[in-house]
Amino acid sequence: MTRKGRRLVLISAALGVLTIAAGLVLFALNDTIVFFRSPSEIAQEHTAPGTRLRIGGLVKDGSVVKSDNVHVRFAITDGGADVEVAYVGILPDLFREGQGVIAEGKLTGPMSFTADSILAKHDEKYMPREVVDALKKQGVWQEGANGAPVKASQGNTVQ
Amino acid sequence: MNPEIGHYALVLALAVAILQTVLPIWGARANDAALMRVGPSLALAFCGFVALSFAVLVSAYVRSDFSVLNVVENSHSLKPLLYRITGTWGNHEGSMLLWALVLAIFGATVALFGGNLPARLKANVLGVQGSIGVAFIAFLLLTSNPFARVIPAPAEGNDLNPVLQDIGLAIHPPLLYLGYVGFSVTFAFAVAALIDGRIDAAWARWVRPWALGAWAFLTLGIAMGSYWAYYELGWGGWWFWDPVENASLMPWLAGTALIHSAVVMEKRDALKVWTVLLAILAFSLSLLGTFLVRSGVLTSVHAFATDPTRGVFILAILVIFIGGSLTLFAARASSLRQGGIFAPISREGALVLNNLLLTAAAAAVFVGTLYPLALEATTGAKITVGPPYFNLTIGALMLPVVFAMPFGPLLAWKRGDLAGAAQRLMLAFLLGLVAAGVAAYAQGGGPALAPIGIGLAAFVFLGAVVDIAERSGIGRLPAATAFARFKGLPRAAMGAALAHAGVGVCLFGIVAETSWNHETILGAKVGDSFPVGRYELTLARVEPRTGPNYRELVGVFDIRQGGASVGSVESSKRLFTARNMPTTEAGIRTFGFSQLYVSLGDELPGGGLAIRAYWKPLVTLIWIGALIMALGGTLSLSDRRLRVGAPKPARKVAPVPKPVAAE
Repeated sequence: MTRKGRRLVLISAALGVLTIAAGLVLFALNDTIVFFRSPSEIAQEHTAPGTRLRIGGLVKDGSVVKSDNVHVRFAITDGGADVEVAYVGILPDLFREGQGVIAEGKLTGPMSFTADSILAKHDEKYMPREVVDALKKQGVWQEGANGAPVKASQGNTVQ
Repeated sequence: MNPEIGHYALVLALAVAILQTVLPIWGARANDAALMRVGPSLALAFCGFVALSFAVLVSAYVRSDFSVLNVVENSHSLKPLLYRITGTWGNHEGSMLLWALVLAIFGATVALFGGNLPARLKANVLGVQGSIGVAFIAFLLLTSNPFARVIPAPAEGNDLNPVLQDIGLAIHPPLLYLGYVGFSVTFAFAVAALIDGRIDAAWARWVRPWALGAWAFLTLGIAMGSYWAYYELGWGGWWFWDPVENASLMPWLAGTALIHSAVVMEKRDALKVWTVLLAILAFSLSLLGTFLVRSGVLTSVHAFATDPTRGVFILAILVIFIGGSLTLFAARASSLRQGGIFAPISREGALVLNNLLLTAAAAAVFVGTLYPLALEATTGAKITVGPPYFNLTIGALMLPVVFAMPFGPLLAWKRGDLAGAAQRLMLAFLLGLVAAGVAAYAQGGGPALAPIGIGLAAFVFLGAVVDIAERSGIGRLPAATAFARFKGLPRAAMGAALAHAGVGVCLFGIVAETSWNHETILGAKVGDSFPVGRYELTLARVEPRTGPNYRELVGVFDIRQGGASVGSVESSKRLFTARNMPTTEAGIRTFGFSQLYVSLGDELPGGGLAIRAYWKPLVTLIWIGALIMALGGTLSLSDRRLRVGAPKPARKVAPVPKPVAAE
């Protein structure tokens, strides 16, 4: 094979891999991404049932119902609207009423949702950013309240 | 020790780093030997000051000095000593200081062991290392001072996030940083070569051990992080495609490509420009990873205490280093002498294929990790790119890599014989088919991909064995001769085969765990029994206990197999009193390479406990495989030619170093 031919093989191999990779990425992105919605957005947009979504907000006070087996029902609220969530499984350690939560799963009705995974915070100071934004939109966010990510303030810092 | 000493040492380190950036590079340009020689001394001084600063912070943690804000926020006097020490880097400021310390240690290592480096190259390398030091120490001092004081000092601290109170914190971040920062050395070499406009096979020989070392540490760091998440988070998963995991996977993929392309450059004097680019990319992705995690733009486990005001500084560092090095690359790469060209079917050709696919995989991870950020910034839509995306893209791109892996080492340099290689791999291939058949039979009607994966894993593992057998002539030559040849094999070849075998082992574990794991979720009361895989668990008793800084509720489970007791396992739910934060401590029993995994949930209304139990077949092979890979890297690192060092280029006719035209 000539020098030119070899170089051609190299370049076409590189382009081939690049094209396949780009195609894969685009195909996978098209097919697998999950959108985030707040309860108010779901109330307004009438998303079709069966759509895979992430819903975030606060666990509504007094809404958590645990049954004897591991079925759980609760409501996610952002102050503007509530979504009823059904979940089978173990809740995260930091799942509490009045705290931030993200549920991933499918819409089963206009305002009802079946979750297959529940994400809560890993740290009591930390709130998922999407949830903060959703709450701010509804005007229920208060800096420093509800485990908001405020800096601990044990006095004055001296630099 | 007084915290101000630590702060002051950091300021001194900054001053030294500025000198280390300016003087040696200036010396190299002006061809001033004396200026070039100050590089090593400055690198050692830098290391000394950063180490002092780090030691002061550790001592503040050990003594529970609550006049230091960082200690107040992340420590507690009742915390066990080990976690008081590791808590030093279990927070933003401390972990950045650890990063700087690792950087300083690597710089000092180059200074101490780089005796056989040409003076100009060494000066430039240390200069580039110095500039990274400037950026990080300035970042610490200006935005993340770990020594900030609190007046009045509180009597007690807020305690460390309980999830981090684990031996994993002692191991995972240091290993990961040794990997991340190790690539700073190869980056410095690449930039130095670009500054100088000169690069040769000897350059690759100096770079390869650093790349190998960094790669081995990064492999261990990622594996350790994976195992830690597996047992600590209580979800039983070992890889979540969490943005932070992706942040460490990207430099790993680029680094894996780098250690392979460096071989081509060293042996065949080809792929030079590409190797330089990979060295730049590997460290750029390390930097990006560090800062994606630290800046908190990505939501993840690691985003404790995030502060968006640091974002601008971080962005500036990224732009300067990544943008700067890539600009330098664009400007100077064409001046580097191009290497030889080779037949497509050859060892080089196989390594090019490996590089193409690995970098494409790194790019796919990059897109999946950053696309949500880009989309939110441009359209405001909030999306998640989850496991399905990564499983599909990475699976499809890594499958050919893994399949081609046994062929590469069996092809000759320059012009290989694919049919011959295939013939020698026939036995491994047939045994792989047998393994696939056995797997298909054993699983009955399970997922169709599982037997294929098992067959592939067996093929890769046996392919590595065939490689070694072929090289030493086992089966062809008399046993004594073959054994002598086996002992005489270069450690680099042994290391490569071992690392490839590790990939096979790891793949075996991944396929077995994902295809055949059993999950049981239920509510149980004391005395209840339930099956998990081939075992039966009984909740024997539930008892409260008290630890040094937590209370816990422990569930003790008896394990029975076919009616006979085979032991017990304990799982608990802890409440850390200082933060009033619960954690789940999974109970894990290992049987052979498989594990039984039990974690507790909440107490249920009827008086029972929510329980999640898994049977995870061959799951430990995932991490054992990674350990074998890292071991292979280490073995390769101890190869004679890397230990003895490169031949001095002085033996060649040294070109008169001509001053580079000012840009």
